Amino acid sequence: MILAIARKAAPLALVALGIAAPFALPAFLVQLTFLWIMIVFALCWDILGGQMGYNSFGNIAFFGIGVYAATIVQIGLFQDVAAYTAAGGMQTINLTPTQYFTGLFVGLAAAPLLAAAVAVVLGLALLGLRGHYFAIATLGLGIAAGELAAAWSYLGGSSGVQVPVYPGSLESGRLLFYFLSAGLGVATFLSLRWLYATRFGLAINAIRDDEDKAEALGLRTTRYKVIAWCIGAVFLGIAGGLVGHIIGFIDPREVAFAGASFGVWMILMAILGGKGTLWGPVIGAVIFHGMRELFWTYLFGWQNVAMGVLIVVVVVFFPFGILGWLRRRYPQLFLRDAPAARAGAAE
Amino acid sequence: MDNLFLLFQAPPLALQLLIDGILIGAVFALAAYGLALVWGVMNIINVCQGEFVMLGGYVALHVARAGLSPFFGIPAAMIVLFAVGWLAYRLVIFRVVERDLFISLLATFGLSILLGQLMNLTFGANIESLDAHLGAWFFFDGIVTVAQIKVVALLVTLVIAGLLVAFMRRSRLGQAIRATAQNARAARILGVDTDRVYAMTYALNAAICGAAGALVAMIWVISPFGGLIYTVRSFMIVVLAGLGNLVGVIVAALGLGAAEQFVGFIFGAQFQVAFVFLALVAILVLRSWRLRRERRYLA
Repeated sequence: MILAIARKAAPLALVALGIAAPFALPAFLVQLTFLWIMIVFALCWDILGGQMGYNSFGNIAFFGIGVYAATIVQIGLFQDVAAYTAAGGMQTINLTPTQYFTGLFVGLAAAPLLAAAVAVVLGLALLGLRGHYFAIATLGLGIAAGELAAAWSYLGGSSGVQVPVYPGSLESGRLLFYFLSAGLGVATFLSLRWLYATRFGLAINAIRDDEDKAEALGLRTTRYKVIAWCIGAVFLGIAGGLVGHIIGFIDPREVAFAGASFGVWMILMAILGGKGTLWGPVIGAVIFHGMRELFWTYLFGWQNVAMGVLIVVVVVFFPFGILGWLRRRYPQLFLRDAPAARAGAAE
Repeated sequence: MDNLFLLFQAPPLALQLLIDGILIGAVFALAAYGLALVWGVMNIINVCQGEFVMLGGYVALHVARAGLSPFFGIPAAMIVLFAVGWLAYRLVIFRVVERDLFISLLATFGLSILLGQLMNLTFGANIESLDAHLGAWFFFDGIVTVAQIKVVALLVTLVIAGLLVAFMRRSRLGQAIRATAQNARAARILGVDTDRVYAMTYALNAAICGAAGALVAMIWVISPFGGLIYTVRSFMIVVLAGLGNLVGVIVAALGLGAAEQFVGFIFGAQFQVAFVFLALVAILVLRSWRLRRERRYLA
C-alpha cells in the first residue's frame, strides 16, 4: 500500500524538486543543469547498452554532432560561418535577441535531425557487428569524429568555435538552459518509459536475449536496431546543442567529442545505476554526478585518477549496478502487480 | 592534394614514405602480437595495450635520463612492464578473465584511463621523445633519409619476435599457454595451473608492449594520452590478420605503417590520427558485410 502510494507520489515530488532546485540552490545552477544532461546521457546509452545488449562506446559522436550543428546553424542563419571560424576568437558575434532565439531554436531542431540522419547511415553499417567488434568499432567512431572535427577548418579546426553569447543577463541565461535541460531530461525519460512498454521495447529486449532467435521469429532486427540507435541520437543531439550553449565554447576533443569524459561517464552511470532498467540510469547519473563533484572539490589534481579507479571498481565489483543488486536482494519490490504476487514472492 | 602530385614528380619521396612506414610498422607488429596473445589465450581484448606501450616509453626515457645508454631502456622497460602487467592481473584482470566479454572490455578500458591519468600526473602532459644519438643514412642526394635508429628498431623487433616464437614452441610455460588457449578446461584437468598461465600471459604481453614503447620513444614520440591509438592499431592489425597468424600480423602491421605515412603526407598530418580510427571502422564494416552474405557475424 505504502509502496503503491510512493510509486504515484515519487514522480510528482521529483518534478517539484526539479522546479524548485534552481531557486533553492542558485549557487549550484550549472551543476544542476549538468545533472539533467547526465541523466539524458545515461538513459540514451542504456537504450542500446542495457535494453538491446549492444555496448556502444561511440554515442558521444551524436552528442558532438549536436553540439556543432546547433551552434553552426545559429551562426549560419545570420552570418558567414567560414569567416567567423577562420577569425578564431578575434571576431565577436552580435546577434539581436530575436536573432539569437530564432537561431537557438532552429539550431536545437537541426541538431537532432542531423544526429538522427547520421545514426541511420552509421547504424546500417555498424549494427551488423556484434559483441567486442561493435564495441571497438564504436570506440573508433567516437574518436574519429573528434579528430575529423579538429581537422575541419570550417568548424574552426582544433581551436574550436565560440558560441554566441546569451543576450540577456547571465542569471536568466542559466535559468533558461536549466529548464531546457530539465525539460529534455523529463522528455527523454517519459519517451523511453513509453517506448519500453510497447512492442518496440519487447523487440529490443528480444535482440538482447538472443538475436538469432529474434530474427528467426520474424523480427526485422536491423530495422529495430537502427531505430533504437536513432532515438538515442535524437536526444543526445539536443543535449549536445544545449551543452554547447551552457559551456559557451566548443572544443572538438574536450567538449564536443569528449570520449574520455562524457563518453565514458555515460556508460559508467548506466552501469552504476543498473543497466537494462528504466530508473537505473537515472539513479546512476544522480549518484555519479554527486561523486564527481565531490572528487573535483576534495581531490583536486587527482580527480581524474579517482574516476579511473571508480570505473574499474564499479565494473569489476558491481557490474549489475544498484538496481540489479536490489533486484537480487529484494525481488518482491520489483513485482509489478497485486499484493498477492508480492505475498507469493515473500513466502 | 598538391602533395599527391609531388609524389609523382619525385618518386624517391614515395620510397621515403614507404621505408618510414615499414620501419614504424614493425613496432606496431610487436604490440599487435601481444594483443593477439592475450585475446587468444584469455579471450580478453586488452584496451590498455597502448598505455602499456606509453609506459614502456617513459621507463626507457627515465633510464636514459639517469645516464645509461638508451638501449638499456629496452630490457628495463620489459622488466618494469612485466611487473606492471603481473600486478594488473593480480589486482583486476583475474576477476574478469572468465566473465562476460563486455565486463573485461570495460575493465581494461578503465585501466587505460587510470594509467593515462597516472602517467599524466607523474611524467607531465608534454609530448616527449628519446634521442638515441644515432645518425642517418642518406640516399638519392639526401632526398631519402633512413634514420639508423629505425633500422635498429626493426632488428630489435625481429629478435624479440624470434625469441617469442621459440619461447612459445619450446618452453614448458609456452606449451602451457598454448594448451590453455586451445582449451582452458582440458588444460586445467591435465594439471596446468591456468591462473598462473593467465598471469604470465598478461605480464608477458605487458613486457612486449614495454619493449615496443621503448622503441616508440626512440623513433617517435610518447605522451600520457597517446596510448589509445596503439590499442586501435593493434586491434586493427589483429582483425586484418586473424588470431594466431604471426606472418599475417607482421604483413598487416607493415602495411598499416606505410598506409599511415602516405595518408599523413597526402592529406596533412592532422588527418593521420583520424585515418587510423576511420580505417578501423571501415575494416570492421567491410568484413561484417562480407560475412553477412553467408548469414554469419563478427562476434
